[in-house]
Amino acid sequence: MKRVLGIILFSLISLLPVAASEHSEAKGGEENNTEKFDPTVVIEHHISNAHVWHVVSWGEGEDKVDIEIPLPIILINEGKFHFFLYSRFDHHTQIAEDNGSYFLYHHGTIYNTDAKGTITEDENGHLINTKPWDFSLTKNVWSMWLSIVILLWLFISIAKKYNGSPKRPHGVQSFFEPIILFIKDDIIVDQIGKEKAYKFVPYLLTLFFFIWINNMIGLVPFFPGGSNFTGNISVTMVLAIITFLVTNINGSKSYWKHTLLAPGIPSVVKIILIPVEIIGLFTKPFALMIRLMANITAGHIIIISLVSLIFILQNVWVSPASIALSVVMSILELFVALLQAYIFTLLSALFIGMAVQSEEH
Amino acid sequence: MDFLLQPDPGLVFWTTISFGILVFLLRKYAWGPILHALKVREETIEASLKAAERAKAEVEDLVKVRQEMMNSTRNERDEIIKETRALKEKIINDARSSAQNEANKLIESARTQIEAEKNAAIKELKTQVAEISIDIAGLILESELKSEKKQKEIIDKYLDKVNFN
Amino acid sequence: MTTTALGLGLIVIGAGLGIGLLGKGAMEAMARQPEVLSKLQTAMLIAAALIEGVALFAIVIAMING
Repeated sequence: MKRVLGIILFSLISLLPVAASEHSEAKGGEENNTEKFDPTVVIEHHISNAHVWHVVSWGEGEDKVDIEIPLPIILINEGKFHFFLYSRFDHHTQIAEDNGSYFLYHHGTIYNTDAKGTITEDENGHLINTKPWDFSLTKNVWSMWLSIVILLWLFISIAKKYNGSPKRPHGVQSFFEPIILFIKDDIIVDQIGKEKAYKFVPYLLTLFFFIWINNMIGLVPFFPGGSNFTGNISVTMVLAIITFLVTNINGSKSYWKHTLLAPGIPSVVKIILIPVEIIGLFTKPFALMIRLMANITAGHIIIISLVSLIFILQNVWVSPASIALSVVMSILELFVALLQAYIFTLLSALFIGMAVQSEEH
Repeated sequence: MDFLLQPDPGLVFWTTISFGILVFLLRKYAWGPILHALKVREETIEASLKAAERAKAEVEDLVKVRQEMMNSTRNERDEIIKETRALKEKIINDARSSAQNEANKLIESARTQIEAEKNAAIKELKTQVAEISIDIAGLILESELKSEKKQKEIIDKYLDKVNFN
Repeated sequence: MTTTALGLGLIVIGAGLGIGLLGKGAMEAMARQPEVLSKLQTAMLIAAALIEGVALFAIVIAMING
């Protein structure tokens, strides 16, 4: 109970600077309209990837102090590599020059431009300048590497404890061992079957812990957490594509026969059923991708919206209610972080299990 | 919010590579050893349980054997005690009856001896009486035969005195 | 914009009803047969994921449109 109270208090305290910094940044972004607060900007800024890692900032207007880490930018433009730090972008014009090429930084995206910073817009006001291939080590990449370091350290140190004769688990080992066993026995072996499961256990275990820890890092409201990594479509797409590949590469003969030929079904129905089955091959990973991304992003949006209430209503007395609500949401999100990792792993195991089954059920 | 649905090639690239490396490293250095150790532990526990089961069965067998041994020993002891008691009884009875016989025999022989002694004594006495009678008769004859009358008186007197049993 | 919002609302009603009914059925089944609880839970989650999938497509469409 004491610990829970501590966590709640900690979240309360740590949420405040985030809210404050987001607010002042939003103001900085909109010079003309300093009084009006637009939560959409804050939310979009928060849930997008960035080439700079914002740590903390305070003050307003001229006195505003930003502490942020410029991240390395790697671009491939017309066959040439460009490598420089984010800090090279001019603070006002947002233009950087490297080896005779000019780049413009606009709302988290890097565009090609010239020395004057010429931009071309379509009728909706979207930039249509050409874009270089952007392989920058962005905030999300660093966040992912942080999670990878944590995972490697955690599980390799746990693995070392298993050396020697079998004994009772201790410390973190006793926390993770039941989880590992649950995933292995109740998800993987249950869905795939005992004989074929061993091949997929490392992938699915890694998948579960990777999604879980990144969801958790995303919920930490201060540096180096808070990045919306698992809520980014690129990430969930990679994971979903890996599941798709693992599923279909290991598909058994009967699985493909069932999918492509639909045996034992009248040919009239076949005309409808076979396309549906083939579309189903792609909709399953697609749903995986969207589900994880939408759940995590929605969680981030709700928490920031609740904190933003203070600034929307311009009333300091709203803050206890909005912060209490956002703490409740954060606790719910902790559960969602675990649940989504579980669902992603369970459904991956289920799809793989359906594909590797050699006998018709 | 359509920017949410646009994958970013850079992030896709880094995620793919990093995740691939993560799976590889964890598989080699974490999941492999952990799952192996868990399997070994599971097997060890199973083997230990089986061994314990076996040991328990053995102990139960031993207990049964001991019980049987104790039972048989007890029976044997009871048997021996019973036999001993019977033997004692028999010995006592035998001793008693043989003693009785002996005593009877002794009494019998004593009785016959006494009878014999008595008969012999009577015989002797008769002989002595006869001799004494002859002696007396002699004396009487010697002294008294002078008078017929006196002879007769003496003979009567003696004969009255001698009392035969 | 408004029609998208209306459509979204309808889909959310549908998905909400679906998941609600699913949860109700699963709970009743779990209460009746606690011995197959884990199987019911897995089946429930899979069905919930499928229903949720429909709602997720609505989200995608909403994001593309708005």
